Amino acid sequence: MSAHPANALPLLERLPVALRDACTSWLPESWRWLANSLLSIVAIFVVFATLFALLTLAERKILGRVQNRPGPNRAPLPFLGIRTYGLAQPLADGIKMLTKEDIVPRGADRVLHFLAPVALLAFSILTFAVIPYGRALLPVELDAAVLYFFAAGAATELAIFMAGWASRNKYSLLAAMRALAQLISYELPLLLSIVPVVLVAGSLSTSEIVEQQGTWLFGVFPQWHVFTPWGFAGFLIFFVAALAESNRSPFDLPEAESELIAGHLTEYSGFKYALFFMAEYFGMCALSGMGVTLFLGGWQAPIPALAFIPSYGWFAAKLLALLFVFMWIRATFPRLRIDQLTRLAWKFLVPLALVNLFTAAFWVLSSGWAGPLAFARWLVAGTLVLGPFLVLGRRLSAGLGPRTYRYA
Amino acid sequence: MLGSGLLQGLAVTAKNLAGSFHDPARYVTTEYPEQRTKLPENYRNFPFLVHDDPADPNGTLRCVACQICEKECPPQCIYIVMERDEKGKALRRPKVFDLDISVCISCQICVEVCPFDAIKMDQEYEIATRNRFGGLLLHREDLSKSNAYYHQIHPTEAAGVDAALAEQKAKQAAAKAAKAAPAPKAAATTATPATAATAQDSAISPAPAAPPPASAPDTPANPAPANPPPDA
Repeated sequence: MSAHPANALPLLERLPVALRDACTSWLPESWRWLANSLLSIVAIFVVFATLFALLTLAERKILGRVQNRPGPNRAPLPFLGIRTYGLAQPLADGIKMLTKEDIVPRGADRVLHFLAPVALLAFSILTFAVIPYGRALLPVELDAAVLYFFAAGAATELAIFMAGWASRNKYSLLAAMRALAQLISYELPLLLSIVPVVLVAGSLSTSEIVEQQGTWLFGVFPQWHVFTPWGFAGFLIFFVAALAESNRSPFDLPEAESELIAGHLTEYSGFKYALFFMAEYFGMCALSGMGVTLFLGGWQAPIPALAFIPSYGWFAAKLLALLFVFMWIRATFPRLRIDQLTRLAWKFLVPLALVNLFTAAFWVLSSGWAGPLAFARWLVAGTLVLGPFLVLGRRLSAGLGPRTYRYA
Repeated sequence: MLGSGLLQGLAVTAKNLAGSFHDPARYVTTEYPEQRTKLPENYRNFPFLVHDDPADPNGTLRCVACQICEKECPPQCIYIVMERDEKGKALRRPKVFDLDISVCISCQICVEVCPFDAIKMDQEYEIATRNRFGGLLLHREDLSKSNAYYHQIHPTEAAGVDAALAEQKAKQAAAKAAKAAPAPKAAATTATPATAATAQDSAISPAPAAPPPASAPDTPANPAPANPPPDA
């Protein structure tokens, strides 16, 4: 998977790569790269499809528990009839989805209607290629990996508009327009929030960005980007924008059930609907993985003493923690209105992200400051982060406070 | 500060998420088919007919087929036919008592108007059926349930009904005793079969045969049996 000197790593660390090499060692040298790539693709797909199945269950369980109910806990294992706290629920859902009738509206554009879920899933899977899952686990080593990631991620907008347009349904089209407005609005803060990372790391390569976060302050504190003023602000902006980019609550306007039936999914049923659902979770996983890579130290262990645990284990733990926060937020916040949504992006997140660029630039320029100057460095950077947040936060809701209603 | 409300909201949901695992006051779900909550005593859905002897459910129905409930029922979901012997004499019990629970509105008016405490409200709620026409039309046999069952579902109400019935019976016995005292002197020959007849159906209605000559004004008229069954 990568060009790392794999033999220098401990056995557990290079186990996935060693397994892959063992599978393809019988092939001639000229064919091996192709087989290796295909195996990587299959492995990624299997792992994330399983994760998708478990995430749907976990999401329903967590939402249930937050609302003080058990969530799905009855689906028994097939042929055995044993209930396993709902673990067989994804299986039941899958069977249900596959056996449902696949309806294409008479007025729909049949080709586009079919292509939309396929394209969405394809673009979502593309983004998995450049995420470093472990020290030796990077599917594709690219110099411009970050650029590639966001370019592939932005292409999902096309697929969503395809779905809305091809359905020939007013709700679908309205939802697709909304989705475009939302995704393009939040593309900007998403990209602006990662520019400081590129600025500080001096590289667009994900593996290099992770490597650079692998040092420890005083031998204890990890030097992840999130533990710097600009990194903290950048991570929060990135996270909010990622919520919006993956159409998750509280930014799930394209699928606003109460207004638009199911948005661009209105005319989809059965397996195609399942594909859309899968792509949504894949997008969520990919953005979380990129967030972990850029801000949370990627596959690095949080303290040196725990570095014996394989790096992909740490990546998985961080990824799952971030996905949990996605679900926690879904369980907590109500949906925004479209004007609130765009206002939040253009009047709050974009200016903050721009200011954050200067904070990061200051942080890079002042990297040589030591002793008491180090405190001054934190103070200035902290003010640069917190000041605009407070000022803009006050402006954001100014004049829009509690509404008063006059009745005729 | 902007965002403090969001953090408070997150804290609330986190408390619920953690609390549902260890705090029974938060986690209140009842897993229905296995666990059931006890219904409140005053819960009601559809009417049933009370009988006194479980060994003979149809013979000891309190219902006398007077059809008051049939006439009062707002959605007209009750249908009653009185049983008659071969000579056409009314036997004061229902031959047919049909109740369509797909029409019933659970208003309890039939219970309110019944002079014989014969119809009461049930608590049985698992009445889903695959046949929406036949399955929801309950017949006399389906509706007939014992007084013990009535005590089980509405204990307080049933105790009150039993007390009222016992009091009524005692009053009738007293009236009969008062009647029996002057009777032997006036009409010694006819009184004996007449009293035997009244003893039989005094619980249902005033004696139809052999009205007592002198004691009628001073016997207190019982309000419940004052409604004679109409001749259908």
